Amino acid sequence: MKVLIPSALRSYTGASQVPGAGDSLHGVLADLDRRFPGIRFRIVDERGLLRPNLRLFVDGLGVRDLDHPVRDARVVAIVLALSGG
Amino acid sequence: MTDPSRRLVLLVATRKGVWLFHGDAQRAQWAVDGPHFLGHSVSHLQWDARDGRTLLAAARTGHLGPTVFRSVDLGRHWTEARRPPAFDPPRNHLPARAVDHSFWLTPGHASEPGSWYAGTSPQGLFRSDDGGVHWAPLAAVNDDPLFREWMGTAQDGTPDGPKLHSVIVDPRDPAHLLFGMSGGGVHESRDAGRSWTPLIAGMEVVEGLDAAMVSFHDPHCLRLCPSRPDRLYQQNHCGVYRLDLPDRVWRRIGRQLPAEVGDIGFPMVVHPHDADTAWVFPMDGSDVWPRTSPGGRPAVYATHDAGETWQRRDRGLPPAQAWWTVKRQAMTADRQPDPALYLGTTSGELWIGHAGGAQWAPIARHLPEIYAVEVAELP
Repeated sequence: MKVLIPSALRSYTGASQVPGAGDSLHGVLADLDRRFPGIRFRIVDERGLLRPNLRLFVDGLGVRDLDHPVRDARVVAIVLALSGG
Repeated sequence: MTDPSRRLVLLVATRKGVWLFHGDAQRAQWAVDGPHFLGHSVSHLQWDARDGRTLLAAARTGHLGPTVFRSVDLGRHWTEARRPPAFDPPRNHLPARAVDHSFWLTPGHASEPGSWYAGTSPQGLFRSDDGGVHWAPLAAVNDDPLFREWMGTAQDGTPDGPKLHSVIVDPRDPAHLLFGMSGGGVHESRDAGRSWTPLIAGMEVVEGLDAAMVSFHDPHCLRLCPSRPDRLYQQNHCGVYRLDLPDRVWRRIGRQLPAEVGDIGFPMVVHPHDADTAWVFPMDGSDVWPRTSPGGRPAVYATHDAGETWQRRDRGLPPAQAWWTVKRQAMTADRQPDPALYLGTTSGELWIGHAGGAQWAPIARHLPEIYAVEVAELP
């Protein structure tokens, strides 16, 4: 699968999209953290919850449950929430 | 004139990044270095006097979670902590919490190189023993049911979140620690943080509330006098206080401030060499808590007799229609023989108060909202 990286996290990846792997979103984020140390904690807090103001989309579907299966997904997008002024 | 063997660098943390200002011997010209971390919200930027070159920055970034950045060459290069402050899984059947941001950074004792403490929002205390690379929670605070009751929940805190701040390490004893919580009182440890005792006697609370309840106490800033480490000053939600250990009862010393100014504020600054001298920056704490300079006329107040009397120090500051104020980490003094004060405003101005605040002059304008100002004195 392909993982889309928002601008605020490209200091970790150096790229706007990177290959991803995992059975669930938890797995994808753990895999990212192995390759780009520190990136997961900026996205997920110590309770294992997606941080406020961040969104995850799996093939266009908004998901907050990090156990969501992604085995057959093509694109996981990490998106900064768009709102406010 | 400063000690020619020392170079002063002001460390300015803001809502939108970090700036360093390198001063000349007269403290008259300041060369700017920055921004670093443009767009990152940095609560505190602190220098390690033990090695003279390490900086730590407590940052969070808009949408992203909190972290700590480190530099071992005074800001030329930065790396990220491998394990930033984060709470352990909950114990004692307490609700799980997540660090929203690290708020306060304090270098450890001179005898423990590389040790640091961090206070967080919501209230948590953390320690690093490797110069800020890895941070471990102090369970005796973070997972203690009584502390958690005193802390309340994030919902019980102020709009910017409840804070653990003013982490103080006694320069005579690395095991003697103090901190404050907004809210949740002042606490002291004599065993390096394994056990704690509230230190709230004499502190007042909002009218009608019970001063015996630790939860109701809201210290804003604590400072230990380096020239007399048994003396503490405190700016509180309810006044300015002094405590001379081993006495255990705080004495309110802010009553002598002019009634129209009051003794509410956030920063507390102590003199590096004279324990009878301290400075506060009063703000408007009336009705809805405007948190502006009283009457739009900003001023520092100085005491030279441990709080018996106070003198207004506003020469050079705007005389009217200046509605900014100064956050709790955003006012400090250097450690020169004739120390200058420095303050950073919520409107992004950086000021120097020469001769202990007798004459103020701007160093920078148009910065983002300033959260913290510290002084590094380099060899």
